[in-house]
Amino acid sequence: MYDKLTSGAIRKDFPILGRQVYGKPLIYFDNAATTQKPHQVIDAISKYYYGDNANVHRGVHYLSQQATNDFESVRKQIAGFINARYDREIIFTKGTTDSINLVAATFGKIIVNEGDEIVISAMEHHANIVPWQILCEEKKAHLRVIPISDTGDLDLEAYVGFINNKKTRLVAITHVSNTLGTINPVKEIVAMAHSKGIPVLLDGAQSVSHMPVDVQDIDCDFYCFSGHKLFGPMGIGVLYGKEELLNRMPPYQFGGEMIDQVTFEKTTFNEIPYKFEAGTPNVADVIGLGAAITYINEIGLENIRKWEDELLNYATSELKKAGGLTFFGEAKHKASVISFLIDGIHPYDAGTILDHMGIAVRTGTHCTQPLMDHFGISGTIRASLAFYNTKDEIDGLINGVEQVKKMFR
Amino acid sequence: MEITATIDQIIGEFENFDDWMDKYNYLIEMGKSLPLIEDKHKTESNLIVGCQSRVWLHSSYAGGKISFTADSDAVITKGIVFLLIRVFSGHTPSEIIDAQTEFIDRIGLREHLSPTRSNGLVSMIKQIKLYALAYKTQESLD
Repeated sequence: MYDKLTSGAIRKDFPILGRQVYGKPLIYFDNAATTQKPHQVIDAISKYYYGDNANVHRGVHYLSQQATNDFESVRKQIAGFINARYDREIIFTKGTTDSINLVAATFGKIIVNEGDEIVISAMEHHANIVPWQILCEEKKAHLRVIPISDTGDLDLEAYVGFINNKKTRLVAITHVSNTLGTINPVKEIVAMAHSKGIPVLLDGAQSVSHMPVDVQDIDCDFYCFSGHKLFGPMGIGVLYGKEELLNRMPPYQFGGEMIDQVTFEKTTFNEIPYKFEAGTPNVADVIGLGAAITYINEIGLENIRKWEDELLNYATSELKKAGGLTFFGEAKHKASVISFLIDGIHPYDAGTILDHMGIAVRTGTHCTQPLMDHFGISGTIRASLAFYNTKDEIDGLINGVEQVKKMFR
Repeated sequence: MEITATIDQIIGEFENFDDWMDKYNYLIEMGKSLPLIEDKHKTESNLIVGCQSRVWLHSSYAGGKISFTADSDAVITKGIVFLLIRVFSGHTPSEIIDAQTEFIDRIGLREHLSPTRSNGLVSMIKQIKLYALAYKTQESLD
């Protein structure tokens, strides 16, 4: 199986990787923004609409029973994928942003009060900043931001200082930085918070596709991720929450499915997970997400991690050899994300030229404007690699970088 | 020169290039001729919103005509702004308000037209037209 990654044979499973842009082969290095889908995922979604579509949890007829079974088996599969204790600790959402908003609006609502503090970090994606910021404004609470070093590591001393002051009600941190690639020491971060009785939410959007995640081992209270960054469809995501917390939280949205009894005088709510899944769920994309996880498990996350490390090392050393680049995020433990600038050249200029060479990188702030402010820059060029990328493609990027240098110097 | 004539001239210039790289090199060259905004006008309020690169645009009005100066920290953006200034500078508010801008598409720079957060081209055109509208309104009030 590992050979399929190193040889690039795995790419055959991904229809879009065979296409061209501007008449050139697509080099897709924007996986942190969204990943491409294997045909197995696309087929599963089509198959559902061609032959299996029905509403779930509601009917006694065959199609609805089958759809319900298929839907619920994905929930079970996801619980296994991240090693949650119970299936009911897996809530389906629209994505990571939706999951974080859910926690902020419900758990945040009940535990945060005036004068309290919420701790986040300087490397967070806007999705893990703004909901907390707004919650703090509403509750007259304060946001504390863990600073980062120049290598893109969290300042853990500052973190300890924050959580020692008895005012912290929640810590919300990213597992892997989408801009810097830093893999944060989440197990230690959680342990330190728990020693002070503080719950922790982890943003796992950038981690689940790169490494095995065990929420019981990490012992986080909430874990969020998105299907579309895990080779699954857009519009579907997961919120994992410890049962005890989910049971304490009031519902987020109201309507069908999440209720138990409805009368005009009073309505009671369903138990978890359904309490947080109002309305008809996105069944097709849940099925798609299940197919993505099955696909990933067949390749093996350990194989994926090993090959991505190889790609990351190759890309980093080749880019450094090219010279005239500045790198952002050089933590010791990194996922396959490289943020850099070509000295003296605006990332927008570079990205435009690279685009015309068929190379899809992302330029800009990557939804981490505070992080850009920290480095005093307006944006970076970000190449984010997945297991279907190849060393030849990386050579293509180096060639592109040389071309950019020629055009603008 | 009439706005439509300037547009035709620009389309003609770009039609000379088959290769995208030559087109961009030309755009980069053009950017060097951009009538530069004075430093004192490089303020927050003159920054175009909606750009991945920073673009400052300043307008002045004399003899019934608007002239523009600008600058950007991205070279390609400078070229595009210069194109716009070539077209719009030195014209009356009405001429600017009525002008069509699909020429950007016709010279093959369509990706700069897309309404994503990264490109401020749409915002730049909007700002130019807003200035024209403001001066026209001022004119009618005087």
